[in-house]
Amino acid sequence: MSALSLRNVWVEYGDQIVLERINLEIASGAFISVVGPSGAGKSTFLRLILGQEQPTRGTILLDGTPLPPEPGPDRGVVFQRYSVFPHLTVLRNVLIAYEFEASKVVGQLTGKARRDAIAKSEHLLEGVGLAAHRDKYPSALSGGMQQRLAIAQALARRPRVLLLDEPFGALDPGTRAQMHALIRPLWRELRMTIIMVTHDITEAFGLGTRLIALDRPRLDPHAPGRHGAVVTYDLHLSRGGPVPIPRFSKPLDSKSLDSKSLDSKSLDSKSLDSKSLDSKSLDPSDEQANARERRQNA
Amino acid sequence: MNIVPNPRSGLLLGFLPFVLIAAIYLLASAERRAANPDDKLLPPVAEMADTVRRLATEPDRRTEEIVLWTDTAASLQRLAIGLGVATLIALTFGLALGVLPMVNATLGTLVAIISMIPPMAVLPILFIVFGLGELSKVVLIIFGVAPCLIRDMALAVARLPREQLIKAQSLGASSWQVAIRVVLPQIMPRLIEAVRLQLGPAFLFLISAEAIAADAGLGYRIFLMRRYLSMDVILPYVAWITLLSYAMDYALARLARRGFSWAYVEERR
Repeated sequence: MSALSLRNVWVEYGDQIVLERINLEIASGAFISVVGPSGAGKSTFLRLILGQEQPTRGTILLDGTPLPPEPGPDRGVVFQRYSVFPHLTVLRNVLIAYEFEASKVVGQLTGKARRDAIAKSEHLLEGVGLAAHRDKYPSALSGGMQQRLAIAQALARRPRVLLLDEPFGALDPGTRAQMHALIRPLWRELRMTIIMVTHDITEAFGLGTRLIALDRPRLDPHAPGRHGAVVTYDLHLSRGGPVPIPRFSKPLDSKSLDSKSLDSKSLDSKSLDSKSLDSKSLDPSDEQANARERRQNA
Repeated sequence: MNIVPNPRSGLLLGFLPFVLIAAIYLLASAERRAANPDDKLLPPVAEMADTVRRLATEPDRRTEEIVLWTDTAASLQRLAIGLGVATLIALTFGLALGVLPMVNATLGTLVAIISMIPPMAVLPILFIVFGLGELSKVVLIIFGVAPCLIRDMALAVARLPREQLIKAQSLGASSWQVAIRVVLPQIMPRLIEAVRLQLGPAFLFLISAEAIAADAGLGYRIFLMRRYLSMDVILPYVAWITLLSYAMDYALARLARRGFSWAYVEERR
């Protein structure tokens, strides 16, 4: 179980309000995509759940208990860059997670414990297709391979929540598609909650079971920091629903999902339906433009 | 910019300035000898070689010790203890300052100010407090070198991407585990580089301390021989000190590349 709930969460830096009135109930096993323009607090949102930042007001609960005010092994993370340790080989990058767990003083394992941990690490590396590169340093890996290693590493402690901060943003489209194909079965198999921040609208719709858009709906030109970002859209992306996504035509597992495709305060479903009729023929960039247009319409 | 020497001509080019300097010395020395047979300023190479042989093989009449090796051993021992202790202090404090914000808030300014105290200005204090023995010389080296090393280490820790420290914590690491498994190995190459850069200052403090009060040591010998204008001793000693510190610098550079190859992947060959 790994349900998250955010209750009236505010984040303020001095007199600048970054996030305000964030109320979210995130079901266990959901795949949440978080989108929004730059500076709308997407990364702040992620850092809140990571424990790297604390809310100024409000509470965040993980399975009913308040989040500890620091990062911990129940919440894994993959950043866009700098996620892996450059001084360790591929295998040791994963192994270190088990060493942190079992060896508090020296952070090193020996003997049978080490062999077991190596076997587990190798299993994870096989899962992301890096078994053949176990003795290389990350600098010898491509960007996509480094991100796959970062994922394997983040999964080692079996986190209840996996946080992805624009994890595929720096990858080329082909590699990105491979990563999408990798992350979906992992998510389904391990039954964890994933929260992914992304700039790629197609990716957000295609991978997520629920999409959250953060934006600043009000702007005071004399005091730009006066109003923070709120959740402007909260879409439950049912796979049977009316929005087919190019490149992501294969439906995701939908059993844990809400059957209603939109929640009450988001856009009306009619306009979405009419858009979706012709969206099959669109290429991804059009789809992004469309999503933007839809937001404006609403 | 685009004309590049091949390995062999590169080596030759590297030797060229040395050959030139040697030739100039030989000419100048011969000329001064011709003008004044008692000239002490630029002794001929043969004379220097003879002095070096005497210093390196024959025991001193008074102390029955071979002067060159006694001096070298005494100086290197002071240098090794001083640099070693300074390095350990720098690692401990640098890690603590860089990893723990509470420690940085407490000690950061203090270290910054201490590193601005000119070490030579406190040498008299060291002599008064620690006496004229080995301790005051070693402490001078530590005092001169450690603050710079500490600040360098703290900066090296600060340069690590914050993501890595967060990632380690999200894998369950404690602050201690982050320090020894993530931060320490990554600042080791920088530590070695910082020590290499501090070799020069370390020798400076060593020789200064020895010049003022010592009974053996490379710096002691040079300043002793100055009274007799014995350039035939001083010049070889300077060359020997230079060779020693160059060898240490080279050894440290090799050690860094061998021990921490991951840090030098992007180095231009």
